[in-house]
Amino acid sequence: MSYRKEGSPFWRTTVSSGRVRSQGRTANERVVERVLFCCALTAVSALALITAFIFAEGMPELGRTGPARFVFGTTWSPSRGMFGVLPMIAGSVAVTLAALLMGVPVAVACAVFLAEMAPPRAGVLLKALVELLSAVPSVVYGFVGLTTLVPLIREWTGAPGFSVLAASVVLAIMVMPTITSVSYESLKAVPGSYRDGVAALGGTRWQAIRMVVLPAARSGIVAGIILGIGRCLGETMAVLMVAGNAPVIPTSLLSPVRTLTSGIALEMGYASGRHREALFGTAVVLFAMIAALNLLTRYVASKGAVFGGRRRPRDGSAGA
Amino acid sequence: MQGGGDGVFRMIRYSDFNYSYGAVCALRSLNLEIGKNELFTVMGPTGSGKTTMLRCLNRLNDVVPSGRHSGSLYLDGVDVYDPRVDVTVLRRRVGMVFALPAVLPTSIFENVAYGPRRAGERSKAALSETVERSLTAAALWEEVKDRLGERAETLSGGQQQRLALARVLALGPDVILLDEPTSGLDPISTLRIEDLLRELSRQYTIVLATHNPQQAARVGSRVGFLMLGELVEVAEAGDMFTRPRDPRTEAFVSGRLG
Repeated sequence: MSYRKEGSPFWRTTVSSGRVRSQGRTANERVVERVLFCCALTAVSALALITAFIFAEGMPELGRTGPARFVFGTTWSPSRGMFGVLPMIAGSVAVTLAALLMGVPVAVACAVFLAEMAPPRAGVLLKALVELLSAVPSVVYGFVGLTTLVPLIREWTGAPGFSVLAASVVLAIMVMPTITSVSYESLKAVPGSYRDGVAALGGTRWQAIRMVVLPAARSGIVAGIILGIGRCLGETMAVLMVAGNAPVIPTSLLSPVRTLTSGIALEMGYASGRHREALFGTAVVLFAMIAALNLLTRYVASKGAVFGGRRRPRDGSAGA
Repeated sequence: MQGGGDGVFRMIRYSDFNYSYGAVCALRSLNLEIGKNELFTVMGPTGSGKTTMLRCLNRLNDVVPSGRHSGSLYLDGVDVYDPRVDVTVLRRRVGMVFALPAVLPTSIFENVAYGPRRAGERSKAALSETVERSLTAAALWEEVKDRLGERAETLSGGQQQRLALARVLALGPDVILLDEPTSGLDPISTLRIEDLLRELSRQYTIVLATHNPQQAARVGSRVGFLMLGELVEVAEAGDMFTRPRDPRTEAFVSGRLG
């Protein structure tokens, strides 16, 4: 049994312009390559089309109102032709920040427990359950929030209940699985020898976690948090159902609030003309925020594991 | 420094010691004595139980849920598995260096000062003195004295391994365990570590685990050959490599096994 075809070399490559290029490609392989290339192209072109569409529809109104007045205008009144999205930007930011304040500590603590402290089998089981949370459709979160959380807040505070608080509690629960599972994976990726190292010095498990494991997993945890921010900014339905949706800058946790996404969802059904263009302008603003966030994620990810990726930078002779 | 059963003070004694992971037996009826300030080399192929043997001594294996032991293991006359033993104190007395130098993600100084700080040392002057003494003993001081504040990850592999050793020395241990400390190092760094071990064995009891018979021969101390959890043979390095008693030892040292 030979892996070599008669007469044809098993491994024949030439190096041209720094790249190894395979010469012995079969027709079959070329077809597969083309098909995969087309699939990749589809995903990329979908993004390009969406971007082009949003900008084409949204830029005219941005130009008419003026980008600065559009972004920093505080009045959103389509009937009077006033389109300032600052209340919605403030709403999205407020809801996101409040959700992160509640969600991140719980999610990271949950990941630390599952990855470092729980008995292995329980850890795997619990993690599966946490991940199941993310399979629940967002409208269900919104519905539960609407029927339980909002009345609860109303009862406690006397306010209407549709508020920053309600939206951010719902979001905090929704982003938890994302942050937990990304953090969990990065904690699990920290080599066991680091924990042993601290234990062998007479350190406790908690000291090892605080001193070595968390710093080593930091970039992964931060990436998880950024993903969570994206989820908060992008979430529409659950927020729309509990936030009250008044287009004013929120002044307290109990103020009703409208986010960029729910603003679009609320009005797109009946908007036309300038109003419609203004909604696309809102989408441009949202798009810019999400794109900036994505760049941030890439930057954090490229920094790699805090000290995993470059363990022996000066050691030329060993390893390699 | 002949150690063992000839009247010299014993530091470590395995007595009918067994260790298993679930159904897998890693050490079987191990009987071994290691004297104070002896440099003892445990040699054996991968999976022979060397690491288990070391990790029982400082109870680092406690975290393995399926791990079970029987028999006794004495350190300085105390059974390390006695329920009254404080594991943290035990681990300060039995330092360990791993195959991968697990440096802490902080400065060179803090890496060495970590152990003493954990042990309650607060005085800056005392810490500085301990750090300098430990780094000097680990033959690293000259190379790093001007950059103690730099991050430890910037050191080379060989330097990181000596840093790991300095970190252990800073705790003032009685015993130093080294589990394949040179497996990731180039030959020159390896020789440096080996020289260092011979040097340090004047003050410390050292147990070195290696899969490399040449290393055992170079270090040239008393050597134990471990295979499949069984201590096949214990002899002076010279005898072990020139006149092995057991055919398995002969096969291993001549490179036909493992």
